[in-house]
Amino acid sequence: MGLVERDEHSEMSTQESNLNTLQTPPPIADGRGEPLIAIRDLEVYFDMGRGKKGIVKAVDGVTFDIYPGETLGLVGESGCGKTTLGRAILRLIEPTAGQVLYHGKDLAHLSAREMRKQRRHLQIIFQDPYASLNPRMTVGQIVGEPLDTFRIARGREADERVQQLLETVGLSKRFIKRYPHEFSGGQRQRIGIARALAVDPDFIVADEPISALDVSIQAQIMNLLEKLQREKNLTYLFISHDLRAIRHVSDRVAVMYLGKLVEIADAKTIYADPLMPYTKALISAVPVPDPKVEASRQRIVLEGDVPSPINPPRGCRFHTRCPYVIQACKEVVPPLVEIKPGHFAACIRISPEQPDIEKVAPGDAPGLAAAKSASSGL
Amino acid sequence: MTNPNGNLLEVRELRTYFDTEDGEVKAVDGVTFQLKRGETLGIVGESGSGKSVTNLSIIRLIPQPPGKIVSGEIVFDGVDILSLAEKDVRKIRGRRIAMIFQDPMTSLNPFMKISRQVMEITQLHLGHTKRQAFDHAVRMLETVGIPDARARANNYPHEFSGGMRQRVMIAMALSCEPELLIADEPTTALDVTIQAQILELIKTLKRATGTSVILITHDLGVVAGMTDHLIVMYAGKVFEQAPTSELFALPGNPYTKGLLRSVPDPTAEQGALYQIPGLPPDLAHLPPGCPFAARCDRAQEICREEFPPFVQVAPEHYSLCHFADQVYNDSRREALTNTLQKGMSTPPQ
Repeated sequence: MGLVERDEHSEMSTQESNLNTLQTPPPIADGRGEPLIAIRDLEVYFDMGRGKKGIVKAVDGVTFDIYPGETLGLVGESGCGKTTLGRAILRLIEPTAGQVLYHGKDLAHLSAREMRKQRRHLQIIFQDPYASLNPRMTVGQIVGEPLDTFRIARGREADERVQQLLETVGLSKRFIKRYPHEFSGGQRQRIGIARALAVDPDFIVADEPISALDVSIQAQIMNLLEKLQREKNLTYLFISHDLRAIRHVSDRVAVMYLGKLVEIADAKTIYADPLMPYTKALISAVPVPDPKVEASRQRIVLEGDVPSPINPPRGCRFHTRCPYVIQACKEVVPPLVEIKPGHFAACIRISPEQPDIEKVAPGDAPGLAAAKSASSGL
Repeated sequence: MTNPNGNLLEVRELRTYFDTEDGEVKAVDGVTFQLKRGETLGIVGESGSGKSVTNLSIIRLIPQPPGKIVSGEIVFDGVDILSLAEKDVRKIRGRRIAMIFQDPMTSLNPFMKISRQVMEITQLHLGHTKRQAFDHAVRMLETVGIPDARARANNYPHEFSGGMRQRVMIAMALSCEPELLIADEPTTALDVTIQAQILELIKTLKRATGTSVILITHDLGVVAGMTDHLIVMYAGKVFEQAPTSELFALPGNPYTKGLLRSVPDPTAEQGALYQIPGLPPDLAHLPPGCPFAARCDRAQEICREEFPPFVQVAPEHYSLCHFADQVYNDSRREALTNTLQKGMSTPPQ
C-alpha cells in the first residue's frame, strides 16, 4: 500500500497555508473557547499498490476540534480509520488532504523540519507495549532518548529527569538499567508513557493504550493517565474500541464508521442519548457488568459485517446495516449536523427539529435538505 | 448412563502443572466445580489465572510435556475422562464435548474449503458419507447465520470475515450436537457489534439444543448476560464460586470485589476507577499464604502465612479467603445501603 499523492491544495507553500489557517472558519462547537487542535476535512487515502485497483479511504473528510485539557475519546470498530486518523494528526502517516491546525500552524502542511520541532508538543502512546519499545535499549535509554533528541537535557541532568519521569509513572528508579523484556505489559505501558512525557508535550494521542492489558491493569493505566492529565494539564485523543473505557476517560466522544465521523458529543450525552443509528447499535452492544441490567435491556443486534473500506457503500456508509435505511440514504452523504447543542450527528433521517429517529415518520428524511445544500456548497 | 445428581460435568481437585525453565508452574492447582445439564458456567480471570488450562485439561489437550495433569478427576456423564485411553477420549472430544477458541483466524485450516472442514467432523464422528456430510454442513452453516450457505461453503477461510469465521467455528462445534460446549474467549477478537451477534447466536442455539456451556472470558460484561453460575480464578485457584446474580450483587472475595469495581460501568457516572494495586504473582514462585495477599487491601498477617480456606458464605456460594464471611457481610451491608439510598433519592430528570 502506498500513500495517495497529495492534491494541488497541499502544494501551497507553508507560509501560504499558514496564512490560510488564520482565516479558517471558527470552531464547530462554540462556547468552548479556542480549540488546541482543529482538524478540517482531513483525508488519508491509500492506494492498493501495484496492479491493484481501488483506493482505501481510511479517513475521508473528517472535521472536529480538540479543546485544551480535555480527553476526546475516539471509538469505532476495526477498520473504521481511528488509528489512521490519530497518526495522521501527528503526521506519522501523511494526510492526503485537509488541515490540522495547532497554535496557528497547519501541521499537515509543515515541512519535515518544521514538523520535527512541533513533535516536542505532540506525542503518542502505542497499543502494544511489547512492540513499541526497543528491546535492545535500557529503560533509561528509552525514556532519555527524546531528551537528547530535542536537546532538553544531557548527562547527569538527563539522568535525573529520567528518574523523575519513572517515578511520575509509578515505576521505581531502580529499573533504569533494565531492559523491556524484564517488565510486564502494564509496566511497559508505563515506560511508553514516561517516554511520551519526557518532552513535556501538551497533546498526546493514546492509541488503544489499554487494549493489550488485563482488566486490573487497565484500571491502573487509566487512572495514571487521568492523574497525569490533571497534574500536567494534558490534552488527550484517546483512541479505543473499548466503549466502557472510552466512557470512563472521555469528556467528549467521537464515533467513526468507515472513515467518516458519524457522531460527536459529550460522553455522558452520547451514551445516554445516542442519535445516529450506528452509535445507538454500538452503545447497545456493550455488555454491562451487571446481570440485572443485562437481563432487562433490549439490544440492537446489527445484521452483517462492516463493509470493506476499499469500495465503501455510496451515500451514508452505514446504510447497508442500518435498520432505519430509506432510499435517500443510499444516495446522499449525510453531513455532520449539530442536532442538539454541542451534539453533532450524521444522519439525514434526523434534524434539530426531530432528533429522535424513532419518532420520524416512515420514509421521512427531515435532514435531507440540509444534506443536499451541504453537498452543493462543496 | 446419567448422573443421578444432574451434573453433566464434575471437576474434582484438578491439578495441571507445567515444567518451565523457571521451575514448576502450578497453572491449575486444586480446581473443583460442577456443571449441571443445560446450564451455562462462566469462568473469569485475568491472563495466567488458569482458566484456559482448566478447560484444555477437561478435553485432555494439555501439551505433554511440558504440561501434565498431576491429579484430580474430570467426571463427564459418570466417566472419569482422565482415566480413559486416548482413543476413547477422541470419541468424546468434538462429538460430546466441543470447543470454540478465541482466534477464528488461526483455528481454521487456511488451505481447506470451509465445507470440508465442517464435513470432517460428522464424517469422523457420525460416519456420514460425503453427500450426507455436505448437506449437514450446509444446514449447520445456515443455522449459524451464514448467508447463502450452500455457495459460501465452497469458500476458503480467508474469504470470510472474523465474525463469519467464528460462526463457522460454532457450526463445526455444534455439528454433532454436543452435550457440552466449551467457548474459550469466543468474542475477544471480535468487534463489539459482531460480539453482540455471536453472543446472541450462542444464546439462541443453547436454548434450541439444551447444550451445557462453559464460557471462559476476562470480560465481566459478557458473563453477566450469559451465565447461570460463575467461577472466578486467580493464580490457578478458584477464588470464588456462586450463581451469577449473587456473585455480582454480593461478592464474597476481595479479588472479585476489586475486579468488579475496576471495570468502568457504561451506564453510570463514576469518579476515579478502583484499581487493584500491583501485579499478578509469578506462578513459579508463589508466596506461602494467599496468592492475592500482596495486592489485597484487607490482608492481615495470617493471609501472608497461611493458605486460605474455601468457605461457604451462602448456599452455592464459596469464597477462598480467611475473611470470606466478613467480606460477604460487608457486601450485604453495602448492597442494603445502596438500595436504601436509591429508594430515598428521587430519580434524575
